[in-house]
Amino acid sequence: MSDSRSFYPLFKQAHRALMLIAMSTALSLTAGCSNLGVKPWERDLLADPDMQLTVSGVDAGLDDHIYFSKEASSGGRGFGGGGCGCN
Amino acid sequence: MQLNIHSNNRSRPVGRALAAATCALLGVQVTDSLAKGQPGEWDVETALLVYSEADDRVQAAEPVISATRNFDGERKLNLKLVADTLTGASPSGATPSELPQTFTTPSGNGSYQIAPGEAPLDDTFKDTRVAVSANWEAPINRDYAYSLGAYGSREYDYISTAVNGTLSRYLDNKNTTLTGALSLGVDLIDPVGGAPVGLSRMPLSNNKSQADFDQEFAATRESDDTKTVVDALFGVTQVINRQTLMQFTYGVRYSSGYLTDPYKILSVIDDASGANFGGNLVGADGNPVYLYEQRPDTRLKHSLYWQTKYMLGNGDIMDGSYRFMIDDWGITSHTLDLKYRWRLSKSYLEPHFRYYLQSEADFYKRYLTASEYNSGTPTLTDASADYRLGEMTGLTFGAKWGYRFDDDRELAIRAEYLIQTNDGDQGFGSLASQDLYPDTNAMWLQLSYSF
Repeated sequence: MSDSRSFYPLFKQAHRALMLIAMSTALSLTAGCSNLGVKPWERDLLADPDMQLTVSGVDAGLDDHIYFSKEASSGGRGFGGGGCGCN
Repeated sequence: MQLNIHSNNRSRPVGRALAAATCALLGVQVTDSLAKGQPGEWDVETALLVYSEADDRVQAAEPVISATRNFDGERKLNLKLVADTLTGASPSGATPSELPQTFTTPSGNGSYQIAPGEAPLDDTFKDTRVAVSANWEAPINRDYAYSLGAYGSREYDYISTAVNGTLSRYLDNKNTTLTGALSLGVDLIDPVGGAPVGLSRMPLSNNKSQADFDQEFAATRESDDTKTVVDALFGVTQVINRQTLMQFTYGVRYSSGYLTDPYKILSVIDDASGANFGGNLVGADGNPVYLYEQRPDTRLKHSLYWQTKYMLGNGDIMDGSYRFMIDDWGITSHTLDLKYRWRLSKSYLEPHFRYYLQSEADFYKRYLTASEYNSGTPTLTDASADYRLGEMTGLTFGAKWGYRFDDDRELAIRAEYLIQTNDGDQGFGSLASQDLYPDTNAMWLQLSYSF
């Protein structure tokens, strides 16, 4: 129970690191757009169904509903859930 | 670049992948698991989820069917039906006590008892929900695509409706997709027994006549209420290279109306020095004092979401995402989600790990003190002891195994285990010896078949 407190500073540091990675990725996206992307004939791997950002809409929908009911957060990937009186 | 990918024979036009990426922004998840997408065909995904919490808490069964009609490869209609039945007990928000406790059921027609030292759970929790959604997506021209969707669900005490729309713009030979999406929702809440007046005292029938109790109960009730929700999303999906796809999404959500949970209560704890220090405050009627919770009537949430998919040289796929959320209730949260799809010739195994951390809402109170209760004129305007608004850590471990018979048919089984731990104010006096933050352990199993 009290474990979550000891996680907090650790996670804050991890969060800062993640934000740095995210920001530097965003910067590289804007600064080096010409280097990103592929030619039309290089799209074979990206077109693999397992490379979709959401591979199973049903799995994602079920999980989103569970977490919406059990946590104070929702959404992010898509709209913020809802449609039930569970939160 | 040397890549030994064994799934090239399943390659599909990248437009599908980007369209799917766009759809992922929709919230109404419309993508199918196998990118079949043959014009004139229906692709169907079915699943049965069984959800179970430890300690006789919530149990649920949830069948789903999702069908997508492909008209010409780019125009698609998705219809989805979800049903769930819930039974079991849910934490009421009251604190455990060294004495037996009696609570009034939400309907006011009965009561339930909680033994000394036990977490107060409301075992009258029971519901059936049916949800339907429809989504249409199509290109506008070479550079733009749109989608329109509608959602509706009904359960005993709650009706929810929403419409949404998405506009996508392709750039740089579809290496970049910009997406804007908007959703409007209206919910109608009609709680069992009527919505209680926030921070009013829960009537208890002990020591009083039925007529007095009924009068007291009626005085704590309001009529049904509504909630409106507006969601907006702005996303960028970027092809990084031949093996990497990335998405950033900013979302904002504004809710207004009845945001309180009508079935949650707070204990009022005696903070006057004496024999009852840390025990339930006893009111003039000789009963302990419990108050119905009250939350603010608006909430503004912001979220940042980042996801990356990366295909390794051996064809395995890594999927990582991070979400940061902050709202004007004082809650911030971090969610990290990792999956690794280990692909064999016809099957795959996908371990899953999720980490969740949230801070507590400004008005979260594990209990109220007698001083805060202030003899019936609370010094607070909002208060909730709902553990879902408290400081929380969640860990999920799971795995999915799938077998693909051919390009169209897949059978999969998935298991997830969630451990939630809460922390916060540890109480005082006799309350300090009670377990105010019991863990929540939940497990769900899902069987899926796509064809």
